[in-house]
Amino acid sequence: MATEDTYELNIGPQHPSTHGVFRIKVAMNGETIEDLDMIVGYLHRSMEKLSEERTFTQNIPFTDRADYLAAMSNNLGYCLAIEKIADVIPPQRATVLRVIFAELQRIASHAMANGTLVSDAGAWQTPLMYMFREREKILDLFEMTCGARLTTNYMRIGGVAFEPPDEFYAQLNSLLGELPDRVDEYMEMLSENEIFIARTKNVGIITPEDAINASLSGPALRGSGVPWDLRKAEPYCGYEDYDFEIPVGNIGDSYDRFMVRLFEVKESVKIIKQALNILPKGMHKTQIPLALRPEPDQVYFRTEGPRGELGYFVITDGGPAPYRMHIRAPSFINLSLLKKLATGSSLPDAVVTLGSIDIVVGEIDR
Amino acid sequence: MIKKFFSNTLFIKLSIGFATLIFLFAGYFISKLLFDLSVFSEFIFNFFLERFSYNLAYLASSIIGALGIISFVGLVLLIGSWVERRVIARFQIRVGPNRVGPFGLLQPLADAIKLMQKEVLVPDIADKLLFLIPPVAIFLPAILAWGPIPWGPNMSYLDINVGILYVFAVSSLTVPIIFFAGWSSMNHYALLGSMRTVAMMVSYEIPVSLSLLSVALVTGTLNFNEIVMWQSNNSIWLGLFIPFALFTFFFASTAEINRTPNDIAEAESEIVAGYHIEYSGMKAGLFMAVELGNAVLLGALISSLFLNGWFLFGIENLVPPYIIFITKTVFIYLLLIWLRATFPRFRLDQLMNFAWKTLIPASIIHFFVVAIEVSIISNFSEIPYLIVLFTVINISLVVLLAYLWGKIFHVQQYQPEKIQPRFAASIGGLEAMKEVSSID
Repeated sequence: MATEDTYELNIGPQHPSTHGVFRIKVAMNGETIEDLDMIVGYLHRSMEKLSEERTFTQNIPFTDRADYLAAMSNNLGYCLAIEKIADVIPPQRATVLRVIFAELQRIASHAMANGTLVSDAGAWQTPLMYMFREREKILDLFEMTCGARLTTNYMRIGGVAFEPPDEFYAQLNSLLGELPDRVDEYMEMLSENEIFIARTKNVGIITPEDAINASLSGPALRGSGVPWDLRKAEPYCGYEDYDFEIPVGNIGDSYDRFMVRLFEVKESVKIIKQALNILPKGMHKTQIPLALRPEPDQVYFRTEGPRGELGYFVITDGGPAPYRMHIRAPSFINLSLLKKLATGSSLPDAVVTLGSIDIVVGEIDR
Repeated sequence: MIKKFFSNTLFIKLSIGFATLIFLFAGYFISKLLFDLSVFSEFIFNFFLERFSYNLAYLASSIIGALGIISFVGLVLLIGSWVERRVIARFQIRVGPNRVGPFGLLQPLADAIKLMQKEVLVPDIADKLLFLIPPVAIFLPAILAWGPIPWGPNMSYLDINVGILYVFAVSSLTVPIIFFAGWSSMNHYALLGSMRTVAMMVSYEIPVSLSLLSVALVTGTLNFNEIVMWQSNNSIWLGLFIPFALFTFFFASTAEINRTPNDIAEAESEIVAGYHIEYSGMKAGLFMAVELGNAVLLGALISSLFLNGWFLFGIENLVPPYIIFITKTVFIYLLLIWLRATFPRFRLDQLMNFAWKTLIPASIIHFFVVAIEVSIISNFSEIPYLIVLFTVINISLVVLLAYLWGKIFHVQQYQPEKIQPRFAASIGGLEAMKEVSSID
């Protein structure tokens, strides 16, 4: 690591812009980063091992805590994986509700990601607070439906836990009405702000080849211009029926990743509006056995989480608990490119790059 | 019926209006009474002169005056932090501190008490003496620089002929103090912060001095009182006559005092707290207080140098002049808060590039332009309205420069027509990307 010309700097585990307990050991030469080591594991809660001791339903709360900014998306990925291995078919209403909540969660997560990115670029929390305004309304909707805001534990194997209350739809509609305006407001405020452009444009450029070689996914991949989205490529939950598009960036810098997230919010609004139109009546949950015992088998099911390809690999041995469960965490794999991006850049650029990749440490350490 | 009348909104509005009227009248009489505070200082001086020798009386009254300034600065620090937090909270759709006292006014006091109770940690490997001096020493320049500020007619504590030079010299004392604070902490973050501070302050002192040089060139004096009087004699604000100097001074000073968008010395998201990362308790509080005091000081400097000090279109005859001066100061301070609530932060190399490649050459050119204008004005003093003509020319030049900067340099640098991401309908990784790119 540190040589004669460099000195060692520990960014983290307690640092405002590591977004959690994540540590980067940096060898610095003046303000330039010469080398870095990423050290993870400070938030390790042994989720994958613990889940081998609990039944399939009891494992759902763990998925909340993996990516704590996108609990709904994690719930959804896990439940779809178990439904595939246990041949459970959720009712149509549950599927559409799942789409609505997963897209709401995507909006909330992107708001958080973009807000913290601008904070990392040095804005004194104003954009963060603005974006929290929308996130707050979405969390209110979650609270109204399932009683929790962050760790929702809402999806179940074979449906969703609760029916949304009646006032949910009115609030959701008013939120959908104002969200596109809000996105325009952020674009007005930030995407032509000269300081923000100076800080993010041409910073942390990921080429498409690099992105694919490093197995990136989500906005980090699409920011490089690669149109790859599992909602289109391998549709689940009936995403093939919805009309939406995939925003992709131009050169793959931090600015493009920021803009891709902003545009994805607009596309998510489109999806939720269509989902509300086709929301059928009926049950929100099927009956499944109390102790689900799928045949011995293995499944890898991947969904498009807010941060990228969120995969659940489950092996069953005929018992009530998974024999092995592995989470393919998009943050963890997206983070792997940071060393290449940050080496040779300055410290502020590395911080912005890290913010634009949008990691959640709960998901990295699991 | 009566109860209904009292709960009537009209009644409430009427009573509020009545109270405002009474308040205005009372304020008017009080301001008449306190119109010229030099009465008090003369009284104090004469009081001591009757009892002691001249030298002792001079010393005693100057100590009392200094105490007055220090207590005013202390009051500013207390109220300023409340104002800053409340105003930024409004920008951020929050409420801000509103629990301690009416409207949360006692919050700064509560914070100070809390900070004083906290333990002051000294790192084991820190250079103890150098570590403990800076938080106290940094108060010196912050308070000394208030000396020559002209609050009103006959109301500056230090009416010296080298006022600008004095402020400039005293504010430069901050650089070594901050450097010692960062260096003695034996922390890499602190070292980075102090290195950044020194690099930035040394760079930005040049544009600041160049803009102040043009002020001195126009007014022909370095005395704050005379600069203010020059502006009122020629009925023009220097900020209008040489707007570029105002802009340069404002922007470069934000770098000097570590305010957004140039607060890289303590960039929270990068180097956590910069040079004062290792300070805890009230020692950290002192650093923050001085920072805030410097922001208010910048407001006072700008309002006296560029905004005509205590004069405001004849209103100075109705209300006490120092009220006008403080109002202008607060206005500039609110502007700084607005900037802080709005802008992200520049990078160190961007700031350095801007200082050395743009601001300093532009300031030098501006200095020559001002010199030519001043020589024309002094040689052709029989032509009326020459100053107004040059004011119009200078303002239009600055507007033109801003327009050119926005249109030409900005477009060349960032190409906004390509900012929008594209939308892909097809899916399929790198191959699809190549198709999408070829369509574009």
